[in-house]
Amino acid sequence: MEKIIKGKAFVLGDNIDTDQIIPAEYLVYSLTDPEEKKKYGHFALSGVPLSQTGLQEGGIPFIKGENYQSDFNIVIGGSNFGCGSSREHAPFALKVAGVKAIIAESYARIFYRNSVDGGFLLPFETPQKLNNKIKTGDELKLNIESNTLKNISSGEYFNLRSLGDILPIVEAGDIFKYARLKGMIV
Amino acid sequence: MGMTITEKILSKSAGKSKVKPGENLWLNVDVLMTHDVCGPPTINIWKREFGENAKIWDKEKLVIFPDHYIFTKNPQANRNVGILRQFAKDYNLENYYDVGTDRYKGVCHIALAEEGYNIPGTVLFGTDSHTCTSGAFGMFSTGVGNTDAAFIIGTGKIWEKVPESMKFTFTGELPPYLTAKDLILHVLGDITTDGGTYRALEFNGEGVFSLSIDERMTLTNMVIEAGAMNGIIEADEVTEAYVKERSNKSYEIFKSDPDAKYVAEYKYDISKIEPSVAKPHSPANLDSVRDVQGTKLTKCYIGSCTGGKISDFKAAAKIIFGNEIKVPTFIVPASTAVAKQLGENTIAGVSLKQIFQNAGCEIAPSSCAACLGGPIDTVGRAIDGETIISTTNRNFPGRMGSKKSSVYLASPLTVAASALSGAIADPRDFL
Repeated sequence: MEKIIKGKAFVLGDNIDTDQIIPAEYLVYSLTDPEEKKKYGHFALSGVPLSQTGLQEGGIPFIKGENYQSDFNIVIGGSNFGCGSSREHAPFALKVAGVKAIIAESYARIFYRNSVDGGFLLPFETPQKLNNKIKTGDELKLNIESNTLKNISSGEYFNLRSLGDILPIVEAGDIFKYARLKGMIV
Repeated sequence: MGMTITEKILSKSAGKSKVKPGENLWLNVDVLMTHDVCGPPTINIWKREFGENAKIWDKEKLVIFPDHYIFTKNPQANRNVGILRQFAKDYNLENYYDVGTDRYKGVCHIALAEEGYNIPGTVLFGTDSHTCTSGAFGMFSTGVGNTDAAFIIGTGKIWEKVPESMKFTFTGELPPYLTAKDLILHVLGDITTDGGTYRALEFNGEGVFSLSIDERMTLTNMVIEAGAMNGIIEADEVTEAYVKERSNKSYEIFKSDPDAKYVAEYKYDISKIEPSVAKPHSPANLDSVRDVQGTKLTKCYIGSCTGGKISDFKAAAKIIFGNEIKVPTFIVPASTAVAKQLGENTIAGVSLKQIFQNAGCEIAPSSCAACLGGPIDTVGRAIDGETIISTTNRNFPGRMGSKKSSVYLASPLTVAASALSGAIADPRDFL
């Protein structure tokens, strides 16, 4: 597991549901075919209304043109991130687009589980609202051991919540690797 | 300290005598359900992790309903149904309900009930957030992603954190102008879209137990809209009668102890509730129909696991009977059994199907259809800047198709009244 994640912030509002993360019409694509799965990266966050994408100003596309990877690899959300459907395609799409971590005040249960059990990305919780303090494009440094976030662009430090109960699964990589370490499956 | 019904069912599933909220458990799963959107990737993960010779933990407990993207020309969607078909063939799965055969059922959550998979006291998981619907049968049910589902297929087990419980008590009887949809929209308005996160929402009181199984499922179906892990209603004689008609499995009825602990309790007098809507773009954006009546519409939609049951169509038909619709209105029965019942149930000798056809409604074949947008050729899908009123469950931006559309969620009575008006209308003016 990487201990330090550095990258550019992409800031979103509250209640970003899975239809905004990956609209249902794209769920038809294969998640394993090397070419087809790029569609998930290309359409990641394409359901977010333009005024709400890339805050504080808004109107910043997550994916440029025909790309399937984003210039932004840390998503800053608000409350109830990932609400809505159970589609694991949502954290998968963000991963294909290059997102390594999300930092939000709270998560919907299924999205949170999917992110961790599938080993797609790290869902960190922040005790304070950050999606009004960090701007899209800010350079961030996330320290996974100390649970801290540095906004390199502004010089601010933020304390995040520990990953808690899920840390052993995160450290193992995913739920299967965790279960193998524990001898539950071979 | 006593236990709630949810805690009791989870302790039984984990083989423990007592559990507490916050505790992590490994549960033994009684049923795993999947469908055409999440089934193929789940099967891929299962094979990747357990190998090409992997064994399904218990074939009788794996249930597969193609239901989401069924009537479409989209090649990838049809390929996904083909993957399920091949999987069912390769592993000789009895509980596969194939499209294009008389076994096809339609929307999984309603089909689970109709086919006798919902058994009081059991634990059911599904690769769909609305799996919580089954909680109407006094059982634990919740949605998971593909990875967790693949883990279940290989092991029959899954980890879960025991949820805290919230209790919602409804007193009084449902007046003719309300349905369970109005009740759950009130709950969502009060606790908002994350007020139930990682919690069990337990429904109680005479106002709940006087409801049919269909209507109880409307309550538990939408608890995910509050972020809840599960919704639950204790089984009673209504539940038992429904289950016995469809299954010969034994069951155990659990009830919450009088001293069970709830993190919050809400009480509602049903007689004080008004016909309600969730305005765009959140299921918790509660308002009374009176406050938004007259809002011009481009489309009305009655369907889905939430609002496409026979009780929903009976309610809508009461208002539509003998009238003509003013805007395009789609009737999408959740299951093929419901579609059949549309032809059998009558008002003054006219079948519900005929009532909707006479009024000018478009009746579509059973599937999830436009509830979640789907491929662009999906019937009833939201196009551009439409304003729609729907009996479905979510109105986040783009949920029914175009993210430029605005969707109001309401009861089938309110949607029917609105269809006759071409604008949002109060069912009390039509009954």
